[in-house]
Amino acid sequence: MSAELSWEIDGWIILAGALCAMSAALLGNFLVLRRQSLLGDAISHAVLPGLAAAFLLTGQRQGWVMFLGAASVGVLTVLLTELARQFGRVDESASIGVVFTFLFALGLVMIVQAADSVDLDPGCVLYGSIETSMIRKMPLFGLSIPRVVVTLGTTLTINSLFVAAFYRMLKVSTFDPQLARAQGVPVNFLHYALAGLVAVTSVASFESVGNILVVAMFVVPPVAAWLLTDRLKVMIVLSLVIGVLSAVLGHLAAINVPIWFGYRSTSTAGMMAVASGGLLFFCVLFAPRKGLLSQLLRQWEVSLRILGEDVLATLYRAEVAGQNAVRLVGLVRSLLVTKLWARIVIEFLQLRRLVSRESDGLRLTTAGRSRAQNIVRSHRLWEHYLASEAGMSNEVLHDGAERLEHFTDRQMRERLLVESNAPSTDPHGRPIPPEA
Amino acid sequence: MKTTVVSSVVKMSADAPLSVRDITVAYHRKPVLWNVTLDVPGASMVGLVGPNGAGKSTLLKAIVGMVPRISGEVRIFGKEYHHHRSAVAYVPQRESVDWDFPATALDVVMMGTYGQLGWFGRVTKKERQAAHEALRQMEIEHLAERQISQLSGGQQQRTFLARALVQQADLYLMDEPFAAVDAATENAIVNIMRTLQSAGKTIVVVHHDLHTAREYFDRIVLLNTRLIAAGKTADVFTDENLQKTYGGKLTLLEEVGDAMRRRDRSNSP
Repeated sequence: MSAELSWEIDGWIILAGALCAMSAALLGNFLVLRRQSLLGDAISHAVLPGLAAAFLLTGQRQGWVMFLGAASVGVLTVLLTELARQFGRVDESASIGVVFTFLFALGLVMIVQAADSVDLDPGCVLYGSIETSMIRKMPLFGLSIPRVVVTLGTTLTINSLFVAAFYRMLKVSTFDPQLARAQGVPVNFLHYALAGLVAVTSVASFESVGNILVVAMFVVPPVAAWLLTDRLKVMIVLSLVIGVLSAVLGHLAAINVPIWFGYRSTSTAGMMAVASGGLLFFCVLFAPRKGLLSQLLRQWEVSLRILGEDVLATLYRAEVAGQNAVRLVGLVRSLLVTKLWARIVIEFLQLRRLVSRESDGLRLTTAGRSRAQNIVRSHRLWEHYLASEAGMSNEVLHDGAERLEHFTDRQMRERLLVESNAPSTDPHGRPIPPEA
Repeated sequence: MKTTVVSSVVKMSADAPLSVRDITVAYHRKPVLWNVTLDVPGASMVGLVGPNGAGKSTLLKAIVGMVPRISGEVRIFGKEYHHHRSAVAYVPQRESVDWDFPATALDVVMMGTYGQLGWFGRVTKKERQAAHEALRQMEIEHLAERQISQLSGGQQQRTFLARALVQQADLYLMDEPFAAVDAATENAIVNIMRTLQSAGKTIVVVHHDLHTAREYFDRIVLLNTRLIAAGKTADVFTDENLQKTYGGKLTLLEEVGDAMRRRDRSNSP
């Protein structure tokens, strides 16, 4: 089923993809945390006129000239955005939108004008061609290494050095620019340097994933990583891991998935973006605290606890009324829940040894009785409080207290007692049981 | 930074923790602060009081250079702010930062030590201990490892205060530290302010509640675009001054401000 992998080709492609993803994700963490994800998008488009200008001025298509052109346009993008925001009085995303479409269009015009002399292929600019870029190799340390790998490796090194050297400054100026300025951090310089490096990373990624898909690498791995952790350092490391995973999964998917459906293998760059999107989706669902599943589980846990307490209170009230055991059917009827839910809750209560199942129905254990007594106590204290202090009418007292009783601990009961002058009965005349 | 005991009035003015001369600040040409002059003596606790939009927060921001001023000057212990940053701890409004940022309460407090620690040195035990000590003073040491978005509003405010404490400043500028916090937090903050004051520090606080202002602060600054009055609480809190501050006597100034803004708009293309 799966295509044959060759380290000579596939190994380099995956490495190039991984280096690109890591370079972009590293900077992307700070873009995402500054709520400036759009800036990555903007700069990667806006570098186009920089490249065209650098080429037209020098006639060179390679090397540091292009990077210099790109970096200066990156800084220019931020500068123009800031100007548009201040003088146009529009919000930041609108001014970014205006500036980068303007620059991108300018770049396209320049490329078309120079089309006779430049072999800049618009398609290649947009989504790169990681597969063919492996052909051009250069010797390094006695090895023959694809040029694109060397370029991306250098970019990753530069970005890593930047983040490592300015880590503390980046952290403070991202969280609280005011504090950073007060402590003498060159906040603006850092912002422009970040923009410049984003531009350099975009250009370095042109040949591999193209300047549209690099946007995915700026944004998606950091966002996914943010879902998984609450620590900046961990987030950065995780974003790198997710970037590498995107490259590996993306390449494997590119050469395998289309074949399953009878097509030729597809572009690795495209699949990398798809893979990172898939990883993000996975994180959205299954992230430990912020994921949908864990939120759902927490909600279930709360409803299970509340219903469990309602069952205990019902058993307690029945016991006080002289009824020693309550059948499941009776519980289902009085609590208005489905039979299945009631069974689950009772299993849960039995597991925690709060109720026991006898031949004539459910009974409270000693521990269960204490819990139940405190719940009923909370309920009646709240009823009294709501009636005397909040002036609520008798008909709505029960519903109010029914909700509050589940969130009332011993300390709060004591305060209730003090604030409503230690009542002995609730407004309906029923006795308030003592603390168990 | 140690201040020597001041003996003469002249010297006091020169070395006052905070001295503001004729500050004017405008947003889009509309004046927010107009010719404000203010001296804050050492070891005092000053409440900055006035209605919404009176420029209280702007005054603090102008002092630390966060908003540009059209005219006037600010002296911190007789020097310009940017020569004397470490002497000042500014506590911004709680909403000014994104609390979803991946950091713990301890991380945020540690940020306060960076100014003295430098930006490239290693974090040592000393800084970590100082951060824990500050959290303990604010009674939230048990929350040190808690993600900041998981803290209540009051706990977030305490975290900000703890961060200001580790900065070991001599002048504290706090922008509405009591906004939307619980009573226990308000007490804790007032207590820490009194502790700072008795250690000779100076505290300037933007405050909204007139009733508690009388109780908390030994000096009051009444502000409504212009400086209305400044001085000892008992002297400043007069009906006349409050009427001037809150009684809408600034309509003429507001009108001229609006007129300036309108002309500015119609002139721009």
